Amino acid sequence: MKKDILLEISGLKAELADSGKEILHGVDLVVRPGEVHAIMGPNGSGKSTLSATLAGDPRLTVTAGSAMLHGVNLLDLAPEDRSHEGLFLSFQYPVEIPGVSMVNFMRAALNAKRKYFGEEPLSASEFLKLMRRKREIVELDNKLASRSVNEGFSGGEKKRNEIFQMAVLEPRLAILDETDSGLDIDALRVVAGGVNKLRTPDNAAIVITHYQRLLDYIKPDFVHVLYKGRIVRSGGPELALELEEKGYDWIKDEIDSKTEVAI
Amino acid sequence: MNALDQYIELYTGNAATVDSNSSGILNDARPQALELLKELGRLPEKGDEGYEKISVNDMFSPDYGVNIARVNIPVDLADVFHCGVTTASTWLGAVANDKFVPTQSLMRNLPEGVTVMSLAKAAEEKPELVGKYYNRVASAGRGGATLALNTLFAQDGVFIHVSCGVKASKAMQIVNLLASPVPMMVVRRVLVVAEEDSEISILLCDHSRGEVGCLVSQVVEVYAGRGSRVNICDMEESSEATSRMSQLFAEQHEGAELKISGMTLLNGTTRNEFYIGHKGDRAVTRLDGMAIGNGRQHIDNFSALEHRGDHGHSNQLFKYVLDGHASGAFEGCITVDNGARFNEAYQSNRNILASCDARMHAKPQLLIYNDDVKCSHGATTGQLDQNALFYMRQRGIPLTEARMMLMQAFMMDVIENVGIEGLSERLRHLVEKRFRGEDMMCAECSARHGV
Amino acid sequence: MGNEIIDDVAREGDDYKYGFVTDIDTDIIPVGLSEDVVRLISAKKQEPEWLLEFRLKAFRYWQTLEMPRWAHLNIPEIDFQAISYYAAPRTRSKSKTADEVDPELLETFDKLGIPLAERNQLAGMAVDAVMDSVSVKTTHREKLASMGVIFCSISEAVKDYPDLVKKYLGSVVSYRDNFFAALNSAVFSDGSFVYIPKGVRCPMELSTYFRINAMGTGQFERTLIVADDDAYVSYLEGCTAPMRDENQLHAAIVEIVAEDRAEVKYSTVQNWYAGDRDGRGGVYNFVTKRGLCRGVKSKLSWTQVETGSAITWKYPSCILAGDGSVGEFYSVAVTRNRQQADTGTKMIHVGSDTRSTIVSKGISAGYSENSYRGLVKVAPNARGCRNYTQCDSLLLGSHCGAHTFPYIDVMNDTAIVEHEATTSKISEEQLFYCNQRGIPTEEAVGLIVNGYAKEVMNKLPMEFAVEAQRLLSVTLEGSVG
Repeated sequence: MKKDILLEISGLKAELADSGKEILHGVDLVVRPGEVHAIMGPNGSGKSTLSATLAGDPRLTVTAGSAMLHGVNLLDLAPEDRSHEGLFLSFQYPVEIPGVSMVNFMRAALNAKRKYFGEEPLSASEFLKLMRRKREIVELDNKLASRSVNEGFSGGEKKRNEIFQMAVLEPRLAILDETDSGLDIDALRVVAGGVNKLRTPDNAAIVITHYQRLLDYIKPDFVHVLYKGRIVRSGGPELALELEEKGYDWIKDEIDSKTEVAI
Repeated sequence: MNALDQYIELYTGNAATVDSNSSGILNDARPQALELLKELGRLPEKGDEGYEKISVNDMFSPDYGVNIARVNIPVDLADVFHCGVTTASTWLGAVANDKFVPTQSLMRNLPEGVTVMSLAKAAEEKPELVGKYYNRVASAGRGGATLALNTLFAQDGVFIHVSCGVKASKAMQIVNLLASPVPMMVVRRVLVVAEEDSEISILLCDHSRGEVGCLVSQVVEVYAGRGSRVNICDMEESSEATSRMSQLFAEQHEGAELKISGMTLLNGTTRNEFYIGHKGDRAVTRLDGMAIGNGRQHIDNFSALEHRGDHGHSNQLFKYVLDGHASGAFEGCITVDNGARFNEAYQSNRNILASCDARMHAKPQLLIYNDDVKCSHGATTGQLDQNALFYMRQRGIPLTEARMMLMQAFMMDVIENVGIEGLSERLRHLVEKRFRGEDMMCAECSARHGV
Repeated sequence: MGNEIIDDVAREGDDYKYGFVTDIDTDIIPVGLSEDVVRLISAKKQEPEWLLEFRLKAFRYWQTLEMPRWAHLNIPEIDFQAISYYAAPRTRSKSKTADEVDPELLETFDKLGIPLAERNQLAGMAVDAVMDSVSVKTTHREKLASMGVIFCSISEAVKDYPDLVKKYLGSVVSYRDNFFAALNSAVFSDGSFVYIPKGVRCPMELSTYFRINAMGTGQFERTLIVADDDAYVSYLEGCTAPMRDENQLHAAIVEIVAEDRAEVKYSTVQNWYAGDRDGRGGVYNFVTKRGLCRGVKSKLSWTQVETGSAITWKYPSCILAGDGSVGEFYSVAVTRNRQQADTGTKMIHVGSDTRSTIVSKGISAGYSENSYRGLVKVAPNARGCRNYTQCDSLLLGSHCGAHTFPYIDVMNDTAIVEHEATTSKISEEQLFYCNQRGIPTEEAVGLIVNGYAKEVMNKLPMEFAVEAQRLLSVTLEGSVG
């Protein structure tokens, strides 16, 4: 295990479980503690597939490659164990679960993690105290916490709720999948503020987004462009600005013409 | 094999014994029931209209004893207090097998205008009142041979009466305890009369302990007078050896609001029939059902709801979660009569098959004879939401735990519809225990009652 | 508001424009049903021995049966001995080439909008015209034959393609299936036979037009459609009968087989005479239609517009045996006056990953009774099956009934089965909105109902959609607006 590497993805290929269509054609990525990586790319390039694959979505099948999180191969683990190992996915479309209250949901999640590490479950009062403290980070309304998971939440509330859960679970690596989609500017500021507050030198984040906008608030150390299932370009924050200015077409043209030549 | 013959034979050979251990009004209904049984000649069998997946004949086929001589079978009444749904806010009564056992607390605390007593005793003490309702509401429904058989053997039960304008402040809880050293058929009758503008909530709990297979034949009659509000929760938490054949008949007069929940938490083979008729305008009905099955359990619910008044409203929700080799059936029929105007009737049946050997049969029906209606029904059978499962697992909740939470959540609306104070909370707890496979008898209650 | 008008118009209208009788010399056998009659029919059609045997087996079985009574229908006693089981217009020539068909018959079919003479034939559609018990003419046969498509009357198919008929006849609907299937198997007269060979997309719509003409008869046609691997065919069926005070019996069987990746689209516009406003006369329509999606990824789609018949008893079904096969059922059923309809479908999921869709729109007016009855079944070994059923009923007038009887049997935990049904009267709000824009109530009802049925109408082939829409309007003009 390389000491200073948190996540190392190499040659990752994945296809849709039902149709067998390959979406990721070999992705490589290295993330070190304390870093923020932005993954950008046009629609349908495989950004969400990458995050879902890392989290273990059963609708995707990995056909090649590996994804090591602090030396543990994520691909060998059930989704819940990947979570325990410190992977958190903020969903692009958080799922509504009628009838399951946020409190029960979070208690089940937190205590499962504690059990995984051989710790006793939190007492009710400790748990409630923790919830209250974490709620403040994303300014989440107390009322939302007593409702069913995501049910009847507005788009902004759902995203805040995702960051709230992240605060409770304290992941080593957070993947934010289009967390900015459907957010107005105020909500975006709150959500990004929450993410920034949770940053430590030991953890890291991958921010998946279409637009530069979110990156004004969450400053990335590295920017990658994912296109047709591969990372085709990597750079510093300036790459995001360049994309904002010039769009994706120039990269597409470059890659597509290369592919043609190769053929 | 025709199961009915053995019962007809048993009755005709012991008619005098049956009668002498009961009372006039109950006895008066028997000859007609016998006639009907002879005419029909058999109990419903699988494949009969309305009995797609269950044979009542088979349920009654085993050689059950019937305690017609009213021999005292000792039942540990302490079990009453083990009942998982007992809450501090109910008046508690008990029925041991089919015998009403008044508890001290019940008798002492009942307010003026609320009567709860042995049906046989009521028939003797208040013959005009009991005579006016007994077997009347039921006869209007389509109870058939099953009802007639119950009427033929019913010797006691519970009589609940609420006088005009009286609003019972607490729910009435009747705990039915089933215990017998030999296989026995328990014939139970419950008569509920809610006079004009009265209010009453009743919780009926069926418990059986022990391994001996028993059969419960239950008939509940509900008269909901004009402007009354009646709330009944009928809960079964028995054993795999138990068979239960229950029929509930209700008539609702003008503006009456009726809420019924049929909960099958644990059972062997169960058939619940609900026959509800609107007799006056503006009647409102809420009928819910919850069924949780695993092992080889079978849960069969049948509802027939008839709108005969104007501006009636009904809403039905039946939910099943079937695991293991369990099977479920739901058949529901809404009828809107030609003369019934401006009615709204809704019915929904939602089922989850949690294992590859579970089976579900659904047959929702609408029979609409008036054009000024808003009616709909829906039935779905499927699995737990895969997206929700993945979301929960991503947050670290193990698969089995996530499944359990989702199953429990699936039942939440049915549980919350139970309008009895404190009961929803208890039910939530029980359902969780049920899905976890834990013993549902609740330690808290026994502790509180010092048993 | 609109209520009285709706009631009023609901009582109106006996404008059945197909109610005429063709005066033609007809060979009718005496009434009654016996083994001798079965033998006589078989002899008249010069059938081979195996087919006579098939008929006799069916007849003997039929004798052991009683008429089914489970439907939500009030069916008067039918005297099966009072019906003649064979009636054939006497043609001057046995040969059925071009214009040698009796001019009287040509005129009849012209009047029905089905030109048979070569010069007038519909371009995009081949037609098999059946009058009473025999096929009068099949158009475009040569063109179809050049592609290997067989389209002819079933009587001819028995002679010309005995192996194919023998292989498939009764393979989907056994003569033991039900009372009317047994009856049909014993006495069936004519009908169409379609075979689409491997890989062929049938270039034109195939259509059979059934006409009852003779009095005191019934019609017992039999249709068999086979689509071999990768074949495609769209088939249409139309039917009419004269206005008479007597009830005429129509008991047909349609069998369809779809092999690997084959697709069959079967559309019906059923417009048998429905009886008068008091319920006198009209056709009793007891039909067994079923398709077997035997091949993987095969597809069968039923579309029906039911406006006619005094009584309809009909459940076009799909057995989805091949993995990944697809079944569809789209239905509009309109009843008015004293009509009764009990119709729907069965979707039997046997193969894995099979899908079915049911969309049923019932419209009842007058004193009619309109029921949807449908079965969705998922077999224990059928994994990943999906069904969606939407079943709506619209009530026009306060004396009619609309009923829904779905049966849902799920025996596999990977299935998702959804059923939704609604019943309501026509929206007062919509009517008012139309009125306010100056559209009279009668017309508004027509508009709204057409909109309501659109989802199904859109599934009909173009040639039929216009006709069906017009038919729906006419039916409702007579009945509601």
